[in-house]
Amino acid sequence: MTVVRGLFIAQRYSAMLLAPFVLIHLALIIIVVRNGLTAEEILSRTNGSTLWFVFYVAFVLAVTVHAPIGVRNVLNEWTRLSGGVVNVICLCLALLMLSTGLRAVFAVT
Amino acid sequence: MLKVSIWRGVDEGEFIDYEVPMRANQTVLDIVTEVQRNQEPDLAYRFACRVGVCGSCAMTVNGRPRWTCRSHVNDVIDGDRLVLEPLRSHPRIRDLVVDLAPFFETWKGSGAVFKPSATRDDKPVKITADDPARKNADAGIECINCAVCYSACDVVSWDKNYLGPAALNRAWTLVNDAKHGERKETLNKALGDGGCGSCHSMGNCTRNCPVGLSPSAGIAGLKKFALRGLPKVEKP
Ligand code: SF4
Ligand code: SF4
Ligand code: FES
Repeated sequence: MTVVRGLFIAQRYSAMLLAPFVLIHLALIIIVVRNGLTAEEILSRTNGSTLWFVFYVAFVLAVTVHAPIGVRNVLNEWTRLSGGVVNVICLCLALLMLSTGLRAVFAVT
Repeated sequence: MLKVSIWRGVDEGEFIDYEVPMRANQTVLDIVTEVQRNQEPDLAYRFACRVGVCGSCAMTVNGRPRWTCRSHVNDVIDGDRLVLEPLRSHPRIRDLVVDLAPFFETWKGSGAVFKPSATRDDKPVKITADDPARKNADAGIECINCAVCYSACDVVSWDKNYLGPAALNRAWTLVNDAKHGERKETLNKALGDGGCGSCHSMGNCTRNCPVGLSPSAGIAGLKKFALRGLPKVEKP
């Protein structure tokens, strides 16, 4: 198994998770906005909810895996940056997504 | 009369216009030969079989890569004009001739090099025509290495790292071949740096392959194997 093949597999499987996740997330936003819930009302429903905690942690993990691999492909194809530099950039991006994403999940659940 | 513009020179050069009489059943290769025999004896071009078997006559004809020996003028002409250039994405040698050596190097990169799994003393593997892996291999096996798909591929044109459709199509036939001794290695190379992951799946290769093969289908198949592992084949 080569690194590139491993990344390809990780990106495919994370995409399989993200497809339903994104749909649920969008549906959720639409329902919430349509019902005109206030921030407090939303927080009262998400705070302490294991379901939403697990869902959004999984969401954040899937994004953290999926997006930086894609950005790595784009940078490798479209810029003259060396492979090492691209890897560092994408690793930083992954850490940034992971930390900000988890921070948000902990804040609302 | 046909108006034919032909690229003369290497990277630096110019289009020169020629007039060639129209005849019945003319191929583009006939036109180039007529110009070379009657008007421009030092015009460089390449061909061998003249019947779509050897893969050496490919050029860019009115903007698209084609075998010139199997392209009828009537099918490809734009008004009364033909514009002939060397195949794109290859180093140019002179006029219509390109250097195919880097193209054949890509075959090594994708693991598209056959390694026997048995010796002459072993019994041959029994492969039936309806074996699913054999059918996969058969779908891509008729490639004649003409580099038309490689030249048609936009990703090849901008990504020097990309191995391109022909080498990956050949890797696809090998990972499905029970007689190939390094199926796993070939799959890993085809999915490695500059391999299937760089393909944008837009199918220009398939649209232009004169044999009617589908390198993009082979690439999609290799991606599937990346997730599912290799298909079962008969043991040697
Ligand atoms: S796949 Fe088709 S276009 Fe590509 S090299 Fe083979 S025969 Fe030529
Ligand atoms: S499908 Fe892939 S190999 Fe074929 S032309 Fe498009 S990018 Fe190139
Ligand atoms: S000359 Fe052989 S394929 Fe055209």
